[in-house]
Amino acid sequence: MHMMTKMAVVGLVLLSAACTRPDRFTDGSNVGGAGGGLDQAGVNDPQSPQFFTQTIGDRVLFSSDSSSLTEQGKVVLAGQAKWLTDNADYLAIIEGHADEQGTREYNIGLGFRRANAVREFLVAQGVPETRMRVTSYGKERPTQICSEESCYAQNRRAVTVISIASLS
Amino acid sequence: MLTRLLILLCAVIFAGPINAQTGPLRLTITDGVIEPLPFAAPVFQAENSAAQTAAADLTRLVAQDLSNTGLFREIPPSAFISQHASFGQTVAYADWRAVNAQALITGAASVSGDQLSVKFRVYDVFSGAELGQGLQFTGTVSGWRRMAHKVSDAVYSRITGETGYFDSRVVFVWESGPKDKRLKRLAIMDYDGANVQFLTDSAALVLAPRFSPTGDRVLYTSFESGFPRINVLDVASVGRRQLQTAPGEMAFSPRFSQDGQQVIYSLSNGGNTDIYRGDLNSGASTRLTQAPSIETAPSLSPNGSQIVFESDRSGTQQLYIMGANGGEARRISFGDGRYGSPVWSPRGDLIAFTKQNKGRFHIGVMRTDGSEERLLTASFLDEGPTWSPNGRVIMFTRETQGATGTSSLYSVDISGRNLRPVPLQGGASDPSWGPLQP
Repeated sequence: MHMMTKMAVVGLVLLSAACTRPDRFTDGSNVGGAGGGLDQAGVNDPQSPQFFTQTIGDRVLFSSDSSSLTEQGKVVLAGQAKWLTDNADYLAIIEGHADEQGTREYNIGLGFRRANAVREFLVAQGVPETRMRVTSYGKERPTQICSEESCYAQNRRAVTVISIASLS
Repeated sequence: MLTRLLILLCAVIFAGPINAQTGPLRLTITDGVIEPLPFAAPVFQAENSAAQTAAADLTRLVAQDLSNTGLFREIPPSAFISQHASFGQTVAYADWRAVNAQALITGAASVSGDQLSVKFRVYDVFSGAELGQGLQFTGTVSGWRRMAHKVSDAVYSRITGETGYFDSRVVFVWESGPKDKRLKRLAIMDYDGANVQFLTDSAALVLAPRFSPTGDRVLYTSFESGFPRINVLDVASVGRRQLQTAPGEMAFSPRFSQDGQQVIYSLSNGGNTDIYRGDLNSGASTRLTQAPSIETAPSLSPNGSQIVFESDRSGTQQLYIMGANGGEARRISFGDGRYGSPVWSPRGDLIAFTKQNKGRFHIGVMRTDGSEERLLTASFLDEGPTWSPNGRVIMFTRETQGATGTSSLYSVDISGRNLRPVPLQGGASDPSWGPLQP
């Protein structure tokens, strides 16, 4: 009973804090979607995720308002397909991105098209579709921040993020 | 000859000046309003000493609301011949005519405990008569801004014959941090940028909140799971749940129907994005478009019979209108460039949109058949229009260029005049303007 009262009091305090403070939340961080930092140790080990990300290359680039794979991109993706075939424990999330020249909703659709183009290529190369998921961040996660073509070209990308964890 | 006739016609339509005052005071809002109507708002009378601050604050905010519309101009109190000392006393019209005031607003405030009462009257100075009747509002002292906005709405309505938009709120995305590490949170504010309250933390990327017609709920896109999903948030409790959609890899770009019971949204599968309609109660969804292109940013007409949306089925982003249950769509945008994020006006007569042309972005409006396109703004990046409750003003996102680029909110009249930033600390984007509060 005493315990219950205490809990109720704590609840009330929280509630009143929520009512009086404009910010009733603690700060977090929503930065994500670019594939995390990897150490250099495994770059030369063909079985390592670092090899996938850095030696093969985890991303392909696109021209403006396009989701067509470039010849250069296809070479990178052929390497990704081989690695994913050789390392069957890994799953992949393919993230599509757009540059800032476009409206928010359209760029989400465009990024999705790009991610899907990568998925279709990998499927055609024999990677089971069940090991992949696609998503799009639209223009929300640029890696380059200038407002020039040199930056835009790097931001129009699809990044294959691999993990051993379950996809669901 | 035809051209000349058209120009003449346009001049008649667009260049109507403020109506010269022949009858009672009435400001007809046309695209041609250039000379703002001068008004005098002497400091509201404090009916007890506890009301001194409130009376001054209320007067200042009412004058600010009206002046910021660009339709009214405040006559500085220093020019007044007589200070309106006591609320309800006989008005010395000659004194107000002498300083060229066309409208006179007088008021009085009293405070009792945490209760604030404000009453006001509006006078037509040249006719020498009161415009409408005196009104009184009562609320809490801490809610004084809302009471000032209510007074402003009443004054605006009496002089223009249209409903106002001052006692309304806007839900938006609050932004902080550099471009490549940007944090985004849902927040809500008064229409004028005051009283910002957060609705979510910054743990997950959130985009494009949309108010329900009554302002009680907000739909938005969240990347909580790493995949775009639509959430429904209750404004009062900030409780939220994921919207049940048709099966899809991504769901985004939601909007409420006018009755608040249905949601139109975009769903993506296999690289393709189409438009769906879902029922909030049953969770059932119907697919409305069946094209291999990107169909997104749907917005229902106020009577619920039609949907305007964007599609790149022609090769570039353009605007289309279809029936509320899908079916054949007709293209309405035919100018140069691309068109996106269309929003139906609350009056039903106009579509606001984002236009991208030759490396510039614009906010514009067109009629629902695509005619009479007018671009209201131009900048490096303007997007995401939202309508004021009375359909007279559009708020939107403006982003500046370059590595240090930031987003902020702006508003502009549908005449293209009166472009002004919404005063906020920090970055902001994706505004959704809610209804007038009860």
